[in-house]
This record gives sequence, structure tokens and C-alpha cells, in this order.
Amino acid sequence: MQTIDLEAQGLRHLNATLHAQAQETNQTSWEIVNPRGSHAIACGLDAPIEVAVKGSTGYYCAGMNKQATVHVQGSAGPGVAENMMSGTVIIDGDASQYAGATGHGGTLVVKGNASSRCGISMKGIDIVVHGNVGHMSAFMAQSGNLVVCGNAGDALGDSIYEARLFVRGSVKSLGADCIEKEMRPEHLEILADLLERGGSDAKPEEFKRYGSARKLYNFNIDNAY
Amino acid sequence: MKDITENGPPRTTPIQSATFSQNVNAEIRRAAATGIYDIRGGGAKRKLPHFDDLLFLGASMSRYPLEGYREKCETSVTLGTRFAAKPIQLDIPITIAGMSFGALSGPAKEALGRGATLAGTSTTTGDGGMTQEERGHSNKLVYQYLPSRYGMNPDDLRRADAIEVVVGQGAKPGGGGMLLGQKISDRVAEMRNLPKGIDQRSACRHPDWTGPDDLEIKILELREITSWKVPIYIKVGGARPYFDTTLAVKAGADVVVLDGMQGGTAATQDVFIEHVGQPILACIREAVRALQDLGMHREVQLIVSGGVRTGADVAKCMALGADAVAIGTAALIALGDNDPRWEDDYQKLGTTAGAYDDWHEGQDPAGITTQDPELMARFDPIEGGRRLNNYLKVMALEAQTIARACGKNHLHNLEPEDLCALTLEAAAMAKIPLAGTDWYPGKPGTGY
Repeated sequence: MQTIDLEAQGLRHLNATLHAQAQETNQTSWEIVNPRGSHAIACGLDAPIEVAVKGSTGYYCAGMNKQATVHVQGSAGPGVAENMMSGTVIIDGDASQYAGATGHGGTLVVKGNASSRCGISMKGIDIVVHGNVGHMSAFMAQSGNLVVCGNAGDALGDSIYEARLFVRGSVKSLGADCIEKEMRPEHLEILADLLERGGSDAKPEEFKRYGSARKLYNFNIDNAY
Repeated sequence: MKDITENGPPRTTPIQSATFSQNVNAEIRRAAATGIYDIRGGGAKRKLPHFDDLLFLGASMSRYPLEGYREKCETSVTLGTRFAAKPIQLDIPITIAGMSFGALSGPAKEALGRGATLAGTSTTTGDGGMTQEERGHSNKLVYQYLPSRYGMNPDDLRRADAIEVVVGQGAKPGGGGMLLGQKISDRVAEMRNLPKGIDQRSACRHPDWTGPDDLEIKILELREITSWKVPIYIKVGGARPYFDTTLAVKAGADVVVLDGMQGGTAATQDVFIEHVGQPILACIREAVRALQDLGMHREVQLIVSGGVRTGADVAKCMALGADAVAIGTAALIALGDNDPRWEDDYQKLGTTAGAYDDWHEGQDPAGITTQDPELMARFDPIEGGRRLNNYLKVMALEAQTIARACGKNHLHNLEPEDLCALTLEAAAMAKIPLAGTDWYPGKPGTGY
């Protein structure tokens, strides 16, 4: 286990050190202490390493992550795991706005709640939120899965494309072109896997599935609302 | 009395309304028939105060010219000197603006890279990500970071020579993009992670930041991911150039890219193109003033775009205080867009060479703004690159000719005092004295 004191050693040292980890590194475990809400912690990683952040982070923690597992032992500020490509990001506390925004792959687990626009423009990422998500979550979501074990706020899935949304609790309102869809056996199977990977003991049968009505896919004046 | 008997009573000549012109009436009828607004490509087509409304004064008793062909007149520019470890060095201050793969064919993007590289300048990706042929043929490639984040990935980010965070563009400040289903081929769909054939909307604002305070942190993240090596540009449409430039500098930009309303787009509503934003002539001096007020003029470089066509336009931009220009529409024309050789095909599409702007429909006879394999085959990227290089060289030579005539040994030494304005509007917008006077509207100390 390597330890980096962010307060003492600085952000540039932290990220440069983590970026220097090659694919075949022996230094696979890292611990970051004194994060104190700093921004851009462990962003742009591209190696199969494990990074534990001992505290809460600011904006864009684990942004554009590839391969690495980043575990925030606190809460995360806006844009955590934005544009993630692969790997795993786990937030023990809550996540602020835009969690997992535009993510292409990998898994984001939020054990608390996620604020507004969780999964905005997601492009293949899997997101599992143990608590609630705020308004406009999964806006223009293209692909991937968003699992909400609690409730969803206003305008869930507005202008959604092909992403799958699973919500166990209530949905305050659905956004444009987002509808409830039939939960078929293959969806229960997908959801069971997501819940297992996300460390949730919720039952797939307790969820409803939402997705695109596909009425906005081609430009039509009758859809211009 | 005789006239009335033989020819009927005298009649007035039919007069077309200036307000309800034939074009306006045709658009009303089109809207009434279809129920949908007009979507097109390109920039503003209306007549606007522009660089043609400025003239250079040239040397005289008080200015000493340089010999036109033999004395040195530098054209190089370095972009990104503020924070980047590796600023971009260009031989000429004329860059190729961002245009997407998707809006343009792969060979067209390749040709832009080839031409720019031959001319010693940079080209720019667009919505939809970076293609291999574009990276491979572009010695200096600027990677656009757009609201949609289509095709966005950290590997391409690190392969870029600079990053351009797109906040807005001149054709549609405040608007997002649109790529209609006709142009969504398998490859375009795969790069953008969307189903084939659907109309793709690009968001009008970024998904994970909202204002300049957030953007400052976003730029920190981009710099950390790219190890502080490459310059970061911020591109804005010509809306509020003084404040937009100020905020871009505050957010940490190395370079500000300012695009006036004549700047083109692949597709948006005609009403947006023609009625939102300011002409570039009105924007440059305000952006320069912002940089000067911050003590950042020449430290943060300014690239301007929107209707740059000739070396004279380049020289005028330099004289107004820009460090470089970007061209988009002009580059496409150099490649062969709207060429009269395809007039028969343009006629079949209900238009004519020079007026064709339905780039979003993917039926471009020149094979440039299309994903149709048959049409794409009409375009040779090697020849296109050669033509673009020629055009860029001519522009640089023209700008040098003017600069020498003004006694300047570098394009950047051109200054507002080298110019006069032909119209009151241009004088007011560019803050350049009206020809024959030492006055422009709003000049400090003149009272009006």
C-alpha cells in the first residue's frame, strides 16, 4: 500500500504518480489521505490499480477513469467519474450533481444519494445508486444502465435514447419521451447482476423499468415541445 | 384622353414590398405548407457590416513601407503560451475551424488535415470525436471538447495538440447541434454511441459544468489528465465578447476563440443563424479590450472567425488585435464545396452552386458534407488537401503584401491605426475612424 498525503504533496504530484503506473505495475494499491474536498483527484487513471480516498472529494474525482478502482470513503462533489471508460468507482457517501456524466463504461456505485443530473448523457456506463437521485437524471442518456434503489426526482430520463433505467421507489415525473416499460426476464437478469455488482441487496422484482418511447428519434414538428 | 382610349387608364408599376419580399413570402408559404422551421447549414447570409467595410491606409510620408517581395514579413504565431508546456507553433496565423466527422465525410476531414499540415497550420476536430485519418494526416490537431461529448475519450484527449472547450459558436450562440438521420452511417453511429439513422441532437450546454467558476475546475481536470502539456482554448460565439473573453481568461484559457455570426454550422434553424449573435467585426475590438484590461493581450491569444475569406480579411483581423484567424466555410469552398462544376446536381436539389446550404441532408454533390459512399467517391482527399494548401498560402501571401505596404515586418505588427472605415456602422463596430476623418461613433472624448 502506497500512501500519498494530498495536502502535503499536492494534486500534480498525486495525479502524475498515479498516471505513471504502468499496466504491469506491482504498486497496485494506493491510499490518498487528506483529500479535503480537492478537485480532480485521481482523474485520468489508466491502469488496473486500486485507489482509496480517505475522505470527501471535490469536482471530477476519478474523471475519465480507465481500468482503475477508485473508492471514495466519504462523499463526492460534482462530476464524479465523469466520462468514465472502464473500471469501478465507489462512493461511500453521497454524490453531487452530474455523477457519471457521459460515462462510456465501467461501474459507478453511490451508496448514499446522488444529486441532480445523475447519469446525464451516459454512453454505456452502469450506475447503481443505493439512495435517491435528483431531477433530470439520465437526461439524454444514450446507453448503459442507471439503477436507483430509492426514488427519482423530476423529469427522469428526459430525451432518453437507449439507456435502461431501473427505479425501485417513486418517480416524481418522467421527462420527455421517457416511459415505463415492461420488465421482461432478460431485464431482471441484467438488474440482478447490476445489484450484485453494486453491493445492494434489493430484489430485482421490486423495480420498475423506464426507457425511451423513441418518439423523438426523428425530427417531427409534432414532437417540438 | 387618347391614352385612356387606346391603352386603358394609367396604372402604377407593380412594386414588391421591401418588408414582404419574395424571399420572405416564399418562406411564409413554405412554413405554412410544412409546419416546420427551415434548417440549413452555413452562416448568416444577410448583408452585414464586415471586413469589406474597412480599408488599409498603406504607407505614406509618415509610414515607411517594406519592399513587397524581398523584405521579410513574418507570419508565424505561437498559441498557448500562458500555461501549456507545449504551445502550438504555426507557420501562418490561419487555422482550420472545428468541423465534425459526421457533418463532413472522412475523406473531407483527411483533406483538411493534409492541407493544414502542408501549410504549417492546425486543424480541429468537431462533434463526434477524432478519426484516425484526421489524426494521421494532421500534424497539429486541436481536439474539441463539446457538450455532447460524442466520441470523447481520454486517449484521444492525450493525442491532441490542443484542447478547445466549445462554449458556443457564431452561427448559434446558445444553441446545440443537429445531425439528421440521413448522415448517421454505421461508423458515425458507432462513434457517437447512438442508433443508426436517428436525428442526433447535440446539447447546447455542457453536462457537468454550468458557469465560469465550474469551467475553471473543468479546465483543471483537463490539464491534470493531459499533464499540463497542451494549450486549452475556449471557444465562444459572438454574443458578449468583452465579458465572454474576460470570463474565459478567468476560467484559465490559454487561447480564446471568438466566432462571429457569419461563422458556419453543419445544421441549425435558419432563424437562429440569421437572428442570434453579432457580426465578427463588432466583436474583435471588444475582446481585445477585455484582454488589454486584464493585461493579457498577446499572453492569452485571440483567434477570430466568422466570414474570413481572403488575406485582406486576415490582415484586418490582425490589425484589430487578433493573433490568428480560423476558417471553416472558406476551407470547404477551397475543397470544392458549392463548385459550379456540379451545377446540374445542384439544380436537381432545387438550388444552385454558391447557394447550396442543405448540408444536413447528406446529398452534397461535391461529396464533402455527406456520408453517402457514391457521393464521397467524387472527392479526392489528396487533391483537396493540395487545393486547401494553395488557398492558405495565397491568403498568407496577400496578408504579407498588405503588411509590408503598411511597413510591418510581422503580421502581428499591424495595428488599428493602419485602418479606416468606409461606413459609419463599421467605424462604430470596429472603433476605426471613418475614412477622411479622425472620428468614429463613440470615440472617447468626442461627446457622441
